[in-house]
Amino acid sequence: MFDSLSDRLNAAFKRFKGHGRLDAKNIKDGLREVRLALLEADVHFSVVKDFIERIKDRAQGQEVLESLTPGQQVVKIVHEEMIELLGGTTSGLDLGTKPPLVIMMAGLQGSGKTTTSAKLALYLRRQKRKPFLVPADVYRPAAIDQLHKLANELGVPAFASTADMNPVDICSQAIEEAKKQACDVVLLDTAGRLHIDELLMQELQAIKETCKPQEILFVADSMTGQDAVNVAARFNELLDVTGVVLTKMEGDARGGAALSIKSVTGKPIKFVGMGEKLSDLEVFHPDRVASRILGMGDVLTLIEKA
Amino acid sequence: SKTREQLSKQIDHLLSMTGSFDDEFWEELEEILIMADVGYEASHKLLERLRPKVRREDITDAQAFKDMLKAELVQIFEEARRPAKTGTPEVVLMVGVNGVGKTTTIAKLAHRAQMQGKKTLVAAGDTFRAAAIEQLNIWAKRVGAGFYAKEHGADPAAVAFEAMNMAIEQGYDQVFMDTAGRIHTKVDLMEELKKIKRVLGKKMDGAPHRTILVLDATTGQNALSQVRLFSEAVDLDEIVLTKLDGTAKGGIIVAVALEYKIPISFIGLGEQMEDLRPFSGEDFAKALLD
Ligand SMILES: Nc1nc2c(ncn2[C@@H]2O[C@H](COP(=O)(O)OP(=O)(O)OP(=O)(O)O)[C@@H](O)[C@H]2O)c(=O)[nH]1
Ligand SMILES: Nc1nc2c(ncn2[C@@H]2O[C@H](COP(=O)(O)OP(=O)(O)OP(=O)(O)O)[C@@H](O)[C@H]2O)c(=O)[nH]1
Ligand SMILES: [Mg+2]
Ligand SMILES: [Mg+2]
Repeated sequence: MFDSLSDRLNAAFKRFKGHGRLDAKNIKDGLREVRLALLEADVHFSVVKDFIERIKDRAQGQEVLESLTPGQQVVKIVHEEMIELLGGTTSGLDLGTKPPLVIMMAGLQGSGKTTTSAKLALYLRRQKRKPFLVPADVYRPAAIDQLHKLANELGVPAFASTADMNPVDICSQAIEEAKKQACDVVLLDTAGRLHIDELLMQELQAIKETCKPQEILFVADSMTGQDAVNVAARFNELLDVTGVVLTKMEGDARGGAALSIKSVTGKPIKFVGMGEKLSDLEVFHPDRVASRILGMGDVLTLIEKA
Repeated sequence: SKTREQLSKQIDHLLSMTGSFDDEFWEELEEILIMADVGYEASHKLLERLRPKVRREDITDAQAFKDMLKAELVQIFEEARRPAKTGTPEVVLMVGVNGVGKTTTIAKLAHRAQMQGKKTLVAAGDTFRAAAIEQLNIWAKRVGAGFYAKEHGADPAAVAFEAMNMAIEQGYDQVFMDTAGRIHTKVDLMEELKKIKRVLGKKMDGAPHRTILVLDATTGQNALSQVRLFSEAVDLDEIVLTKLDGTAKGGIIVAVALEYKIPISFIGLGEQMEDLRPFSGEDFAKALLD
């Protein structure tokens, strides 16, 4: 089912034995394979269309590389373009601001906000920071308990929210409490919500207004399909997010949502969740995720050397 | 943008533009299906089933075509129907990847069972995730169901074993076994699931009577891999599709039904215990077109 792009391209280009270079005809065939691979990886349909146009333009003006087959040349171009689109260089958190740095997590239900809050607390503590965890989900049963247990496991302080409090109050009081405890990073774990839930989206805007977070991270499940664009666009529209975290990437999801989300929001993907353990968080590497979306591993290293 | 338009209107528009079922029409229709997460392969298969029918039945207008598309989808879901097993207590094992809605769906199903007058037990088989036991306990109280749990970190198979004892001794009609979310490619975690299933079967012939995979409607093509690997590990009887209250169409279950023929039993439409509906192929097809 999930053939790698290079397998597909090789098959496509076999029909052109003897043609050592890219021409209009074999580019067209190659691009059809690229398109299919991207769709199977769940990249949004319109994003795929734009992407293919870019590739086409580049491929047509391409100089012939003696060392590569036409298939490999297309892979090389596609891979480079994708890294470019995914964000080029790596961008982490801006830790230079005046403390406390306030980070707010937002996203759909079950995407991984609470777990990622705790993972970030561990990540930041390893950077010699003093994180403070804030459970601001008063809706989901035992959500506050969940973050408290994770905080406990890490030995990181957490705010004593209760389910009868208002999330905006929780966040503003928690920031004061964090200052008192001399913590320099405050992580706000908000409840999961649908992007079309007006009331709950307003609640996020109110938290933003009151707490002025320097970072607003949109947490998205890497297995998300075509709807990723609608969801990400709405969260970004209402909150002007500063970055994206892509979770559950340790499985076999191709993670095309990464490309969709980056394309519609323009915001950098900052971290990738690679498991349920609190140490399973990685800084985002565009090249790795690009290879993943394209479904190819070792071939790339070969091509990169060319 | 195109994505927000209704499929139904797009079909009208397409046919009014081309006036016939030409290649362009089929290509555009395929795009639309792909954008609903049906996926390239499944869309292709679905259209291959439709093409000859359109020709044979001499379909000309948009409404007739939409009815035919709907009927075809209903047919695909019908083909996936299976006879249900049951017993007393009836044992349900809930499985799926992380965060899809297993625990909440148990609350919804337990609520439904309680309303039908069944004495219901929920068992906290997720001993791994922080506060998973507490979450299920709160739901059990709200629903009014019995609750069985061991401590955090306990062997989930032991939870299954003891919950079955409790259910049999105390005359429960229905048992829901929650399990921890797990990514389907993690071999050791899938082995753990097999062990839970074996233990249930040892305690009672035919148990679990229903092994339900929970799928999140926002999931894309990866759902196919989830269904395949969970099927291989614990042989699925049913699928519940959650989070259909968002804007995702859940088109991936068309691909799932086509390829695996596993029936979809319920859909989740919110975070409350009432937010569950029996799946209807007809309604799903309608929603896909809207
Ligand atoms: N496999 C895997 N599981 C993850 C990852 N990140 C989070 N999870 C799991 O996903 C599930 C949901 O995570 P949560 O952190 O509770 O998600 P949430 O967004 O806070 O959920 P709500 O508060 O209900 O909206 C849990 O089972 C987590 O353990 C990851 O990177 N990989
Ligand atoms: N909007 C919406 N949210 C849902 C639905 N079903 C579950 N949720 C939410 O999704 C999140 C995850 O639900 P859980 O029931 O904890 O999911 P789970 O599969 O048990 O998660 P893990 O045990 O961590 O793997 C919670 O915030 C639920 O309230 C649904 O049908 N619609
Ligand atoms: Mg949470
Ligand atoms: Mg659960």
